[in-house]
Amino acid sequence: MKPFLEIADLHAWYGESHVLHGVDMTVGEGEMVTILGRNGVGKTTTLRTIIGILRERRGRIVLGGKDMMDVPLHRTAHHGIGFVPEERGIFSTLTVEENLMLPPVVASGGMSLDEIFELFPNLHERRSSPGTKLSGGEQQMLAMARILRTGVRVLLLDEPTEGLAPVIVQRIGEVLKKLKERGMTVLLVEQNFRFASKIADRFYLMDHGQIVGTFPVAELPDQMGMLNKVLGV
Amino acid sequence: MTTIFGIPLAALFGQLLIGLINGSFYALLSLGLAVIFGLLRVINFAHGAQYMLGAFVAYLLLQYIGIGYWPALIVAPLIVGAFGALVERFLLSRLYNLDPLYGLLFTFGMALAIEGTFRYFYGASGQPYAPPALLTGGTNLGFMFLPNYRGWVVVVSLIVCIGTWLLIEKTKIGSYLRAATENSTLVQSFGINVPMLLTLTYGLGAALAAFAGVLAAPIYQVSPLMGSNIIIVVFAVVVVGGMGSIMGAIITGYVLGVAEGLTKVFYPEASNIVVFVIMAIVLLLRPAGLFGRDG
Repeated sequence: MKPFLEIADLHAWYGESHVLHGVDMTVGEGEMVTILGRNGVGKTTTLRTIIGILRERRGRIVLGGKDMMDVPLHRTAHHGIGFVPEERGIFSTLTVEENLMLPPVVASGGMSLDEIFELFPNLHERRSSPGTKLSGGEQQMLAMARILRTGVRVLLLDEPTEGLAPVIVQRIGEVLKKLKERGMTVLLVEQNFRFASKIADRFYLMDHGQIVGTFPVAELPDQMGMLNKVLGV
Repeated sequence: MTTIFGIPLAALFGQLLIGLINGSFYALLSLGLAVIFGLLRVINFAHGAQYMLGAFVAYLLLQYIGIGYWPALIVAPLIVGAFGALVERFLLSRLYNLDPLYGLLFTFGMALAIEGTFRYFYGASGQPYAPPALLTGGTNLGFMFLPNYRGWVVVVSLIVCIGTWLLIEKTKIGSYLRAATENSTLVQSFGINVPMLLTLTYGLGAALAAFAGVLAAPIYQVSPLMGSNIIIVVFAVVVVGGMGSIMGAIITGYVLGVAEGLTKVFYPEASNIVVFVIMAIVLLLRPAGLFGRDG
């Protein structure tokens, strides 16, 4: 599989504190890759550094052949990469529809509004309510839907199932499977290991701001012992 | 003569009108301050100077190029807005990563420099600026005499306030502005040029102040000090309305203007401090302001 997103020797800092210590990973085109790791090992920071929110960074980020290190944050999305943060970032002063329409379309091939409302019927019903009046699950759907409209080809998804009811988690799993069928490349951070094992092609294991292992989903049963040790579950 | 609570009705309506006029300026100015504070988190102390600049640009346009009131109403805000945008892009934007105090100090210093420059050339006294011929004279409403120009100021400022509110609450660019006010980093990660949005917003705020300045020129005369005279009250309006609330700033502007006017009728001694008394009470009871989102 051709690598679409390549990250090499990526370092990042929060002020004085050095949080990423040379992360290396590649994500193939159309691949769904999950980063596993305990709390505080740098999973979220990795996503924030790739998208460019965290600017104190060094190393290499190449997206579809383009070096992203010098691209300013407000141009990053135009290279076809979208980010759904852990806190979802639904705007309370915007209606559901305004939230949905907020990110500019950066490339053709994104979902149309009809497709989005078919995939997320709740959003259509509640399109004129304030964004934060939605339930947690609906907010997560909205956070994903608004990125899918833009036509990005790589999705960075930070703990989409956190704090959600099992039935909603299942729904998000279905949505991710549909995205995969459409050829979307996804880099997912997930604590919910069972959820990740159903949708991911491959895993990276992270510890202390570095990648400490990678294996395809097929090797998952053999890796359980090591995983339990590193994840402490 | 008709009276109410022993006050002649004509005097009551007269002060009500003055209150409404002052309220129009409070609303226009506090609206710009609230928009700028909401997105940039900068307390724009230069707002009074930008109001004064609007009036002076109108005065200078008339004096040197013969451009009259009506074109000046458009041209002066454009000039002052463009000046504001340049200031934001090349100076103010360098301070965003520092303590908010630096933005306040910078705009305060800029206000002093602009006002000082105009005082040097024009002294502290006002320059007359005639109202446009179309709006001279007045209309007898039966219960009171309404100078046409003042009626125009009330109507047009209300239109501009509502127009600005609609721009922010109901349009696409307004949704960018509201979203960036909540979480500018995320909006930027969507591919929206937030630095440009900040520049435009500061320019818009400055242009609104300048628009108020042109409106004020025929009423208050054009003076280098006209901005610092009004800006303290306007800050009180923004505090009462709640920092960052657009509708709050507009409504509070009119209400406090009228409250000031009514105080002049019923207890003239307190008319200069009534706004600040209301501010103190509001701060005690609702520290986030009447329309503020949280405490």
